[in-house]
Amino acid sequence: MRIVIPVKWVPDTAGEKHLDPGSLTVDRSVASVLCPVNEFAIEEAVRIKEAAPDTETVVLIVGPEAAGPTAAKALSYGLDRAVRVTDDAVAGSDAIGTARVIAAAASTIGFDLLLFGNQSTDARTSLVPAMVAELLGLPSITYARRLELVDGGLVADREHEEGYDTVSSPLPAVVSVVEAINEPRFPSFKGIMAAKSKPQDVWDLSALDGLDTALVGAGAARAVVGTATPRPPKAAGTVVTDDGAGSSAAELVAWMAERKFV
Amino acid sequence: MTELLVLVDHSGGAPRRITLQLLAAARAVAPALGAEVAAVWLGPGAAEHAATLGAHGAVRVHHWDSADAKGYVTLPQVEALAALVAADRPAAVLFASSNHVKDVAARLAVRVDGGVITDATGLAVEDGAVVATKEVFGGDVITTSRVADGHLPLIGVASNAFAAEESGGGPAEVVALDVAPSDAATAAPVTDAVVQASAGRPDIAEASIVVSGGRGLGDASGFELLERLADLLGGGVGASRAATDAGWYPHRFQIGQTGRTISPSLYLGTGISGAIQHRAGMQTSQHVVAINKDPEAPIFQIADFGIVGDLHQVVPKLIEQLEARRG
Repeated sequence: MRIVIPVKWVPDTAGEKHLDPGSLTVDRSVASVLCPVNEFAIEEAVRIKEAAPDTETVVLIVGPEAAGPTAAKALSYGLDRAVRVTDDAVAGSDAIGTARVIAAAASTIGFDLLLFGNQSTDARTSLVPAMVAELLGLPSITYARRLELVDGGLVADREHEEGYDTVSSPLPAVVSVVEAINEPRFPSFKGIMAAKSKPQDVWDLSALDGLDTALVGAGAARAVVGTATPRPPKAAGTVVTDDGAGSSAAELVAWMAERKFV
Repeated sequence: MTELLVLVDHSGGAPRRITLQLLAAARAVAPALGAEVAAVWLGPGAAEHAATLGAHGAVRVHHWDSADAKGYVTLPQVEALAALVAADRPAAVLFASSNHVKDVAARLAVRVDGGVITDATGLAVEDGAVVATKEVFGGDVITTSRVADGHLPLIGVASNAFAAEESGGGPAEVVALDVAPSDAATAAPVTDAVVQASAGRPDIAEASIVVSGGRGLGDASGFELLERLADLLGGGVGASRAATDAGWYPHRFQIGQTGRTISPSLYLGTGISGAIQHRAGMQTSQHVVAINKDPEAPIFQIADFGIVGDLHQVVPKLIEQLEARRG
């Protein structure tokens, strides 16, 4: 059993995010981190390996040289090895272009389970896992809040607005997980030290099986950003201080009534 | 005439609110595209709602009347839409920008070499192409984007971005869509569909008013208070990551960078400091009310009305007064 965990390198979740004014793509010159949603996919992979020690866990990251430490961070949770795809030709890819690179890299590595986070904290489209599944002709078991491997397949609870669907699927499959699935552990000191000596392969696009490079990068984007403008600042609102007995509630009711909310 | 397709989002046999908003969005751009608005309903139930769809502007509804649509994960819907797209060559497809529907659009885009834009809050037509306005990075940046020429635009529309509006149209003509899912599409069956009770409360994405709670609530019982408040306002209940992580409220109601994004008319946050990760999920709400003990809480920077105070004092008083107004 091999699990590939594609992770994303995103701008620090606690900072302001910007678009690069020239390329209109995410400005990555700010401090970047492992997307926190990926930690739940990593934790799930580590738990599967704990239960079935012959499992191999491989973190996959598509990004520039500077994404290397993010791959090492992912390894520090206990994953076995990393593959980083670094190629200037990837720059400017939209969701489909990115999915093509991930799908080709995952096929090149070979896998039984591809384990994503359900969304990234920067673009937040949630499109990539389903696109990768489509490119590979596999089921897309997304938004899993429970995942169980059974003989030759999996069972998962897919979260939605009103509850969840329990589904079953053969392997190989593409799964994305939501935060409700587990509680990720922190990397141990031992894990952090061990990550330094774990294999981290660096591939360019020519190393990927079956990738049509003409379909990757800014020129192949199907969704094209035309303009980007900062949101105008919001005018300051009214702030009142309560007297400690809840009397300010009356002012709020009056404010809501004026705007027809009550 | 070319069709502008609206993928009906339905639940329990009835269209969700977003479906009527999608029809309003479609009507706004259809004339400039030289297209007429048609709906696609995948799964049983379209005939009962043909009048509603028609009254909101759909001239016809393509209906795949099969339980297979939702009996298997995603793919039967993708195959049905791919068949319709191949036969009808629509100008564009509008869909609800919600999680499971986005999966359908994502796979369809790969299959028909289309382009996907999610979470559109505005639509226009320029040089014959649909241009979508979208708020990114939690609303800090507003972008316009379009799908590259020669590729089918698949545009996900955000909840509450368009107001549902009747067009005065007669019932939509129901046209049967006849497809049979492939073996690949039936590889992943849905074995159990669990609807978790929310006491008739609207979902946070659809609700006009959302009451939300965070760490300041102190424990899970605080959400009982918020549910009472929400029910008086006809609103939904959301939570910050701190509250869902603590297990006080289900994860599917989490608002923020790692959860969901909402744009209600009124967002009322209690015991939420408003860190950037939370604001990313609610900043585009039309009106923001905040109740928090800490006068320095960042939520007050974006609040239209703020109360510095103890929510455990203020919220019960608020409930009392709203009940009194009801009589």
